[in-house]
Amino acid sequence: MDIFLQQLINGLVVGSIYALIALGYTMVYGIMQLINFAHGEIVMIGAMVTITCINLLVGAGVQLPGPALLLVGLMMAIPVSMFLGYSIEKIAYQPLRKAPRLAPLITAIGVSIVLQQAAMLIWGRNYRPFPQILPSEVHIIGGAAITDLQIAIIALALLLMGGLFFMIEKTKLGRAMRATSQNPEVAKLMGVNVNTIVSMTFVIGSALGAMAGVMVAANYDQAHAYMGFMIGLKAFTAAVLGGIGNIGGAVLGGILLGVIESLGSGYLGDLTGGVLGSHYKDIFAFVVLIIVLVFRPSGLLGERVAERA
Amino acid sequence: MSTLLEVKDLKVAYGGIHAVKGIDLEVKQGELVALIGANGAGKTTTLKTLMGMVKPAGGEIVFDGKSTTKLAAHDYVKQGLVMVPEGRGIFSRLTVEENLLMGAYSRNDKADILHDMERVYHLFPRLKERYKQLAGTLSGGEQQMVAIGRAMLSRPKLLLLDEPSMGLAPIIVQKIFEIIKMIAAEGVTMLLVEQNAKLALQTADRGYVMESGKVTFSDKASALLANEKVQQAYLGE
Repeated sequence: MDIFLQQLINGLVVGSIYALIALGYTMVYGIMQLINFAHGEIVMIGAMVTITCINLLVGAGVQLPGPALLLVGLMMAIPVSMFLGYSIEKIAYQPLRKAPRLAPLITAIGVSIVLQQAAMLIWGRNYRPFPQILPSEVHIIGGAAITDLQIAIIALALLLMGGLFFMIEKTKLGRAMRATSQNPEVAKLMGVNVNTIVSMTFVIGSALGAMAGVMVAANYDQAHAYMGFMIGLKAFTAAVLGGIGNIGGAVLGGILLGVIESLGSGYLGDLTGGVLGSHYKDIFAFVVLIIVLVFRPSGLLGERVAERA
Repeated sequence: MSTLLEVKDLKVAYGGIHAVKGIDLEVKQGELVALIGANGAGKTTTLKTLMGMVKPAGGEIVFDGKSTTKLAAHDYVKQGLVMVPEGRGIFSRLTVEENLLMGAYSRNDKADILHDMERVYHLFPRLKERYKQLAGTLSGGEQQMVAIGRAMLSRPKLLLLDEPSMGLAPIIVQKIFEIIKMIAAEGVTMLLVEQNAKLALQTADRGYVMESGKVTFSDKASALLANEKVQQAYLGE
């Protein structure tokens, strides 16, 4: 098998998942300059709710094809994550809108821990296997294997990102979001209800996060109450890499991070003469982040934000 | 002429500092009223309070027959209260067209919005040429045109202009004031806050002079221009 092509495919799959999650971080940052550290937990809960739903359906003897079961699970998980994202903002962040920036940051970490612990109470501390309901057909392209699931992940991620771009660039809501992120005081003068825009941002980001969570769980065949921490950190890294607050940057950063990490882990053993194995792949994410930030402190596509006129 | 805006004994305090100490102000339908005064006299604070950006400490604001004190900040524009903020406040990473459309954010009458867009482009041909350009790349004068055009798209009953001449070259200031006169001629009622007192009073029907949070003079603009004390203090004569 061709290692390069194989790792590239794996990287694109993981990268498009990172990108979806990174969008949640970057949108919220763009609107309110807040790092929503609880976003990783939203992703985790999306995965957990989907798995629970599918298991319940299968346990109840519902006869549906695998993808249909998954769809039903997603239809449950997405609203749960959306509601959660909405509530977190209302309860934990809105009262701190005018507080110094450190306060909501600490609150975000607190919310993240609360959600992790709550998930442990609900779903236990063990790994939850992703139900074996999806066809596991493998296609061979140029010596590399790609599964139906991987194709579906990339396709769905692209579709979602395309939809988000359209929404932000072409609709009235998207225009109001961009205006609010640039100058909330003036947006208010135009009649924009900033609280609604902030809520919408959390809700949309959470929906994307829930779907990304299911992709992670399906891709690795498992989910865990702590999974949101590392995946959230990676996606946050991707957002910073691309330039936090920049939508295109989140996508670029996510895909780049996935590919670099994947290629890195493929060759890490060879490069270090077997000293470091592929399970050290996580260091790539953060080494890349450090290198990029040294040379481009505002990320790949980030600009120094112009002074407000 | 009926009264559009009536302000009675308005008081505003910022963290213990009394920026506005009980002023009375009135704008009648169709009037162009200037509010002049030195830096820190409380002019901008007064405007911000009229738009609900700052909560008053006391007094009453009645606009179009209704008290505005209960309104949320984003509801003012629906009542017809529209402001061109100090420093223009354009959305620099939105295009000219998108900036104008933000002015129409609280409206849903698509055909009328398009019609109003055309009117703004007719008033400012420069903006039509540059409608796809990011507003942040425009010159200061063009940005002021965007800000005024955007306000026009909100269909103001009362347009509040905060220092429209700020930071602009004299020749551009002249142009902006010509535009203000044109808009006034179309029947838009305006309250103009301006440090360039002479130009403001030459443009306005009536004027108020503010000094450390109080209104010290109020009269017809021509009378204020002729007033010796106003001349000494604000007109540099």
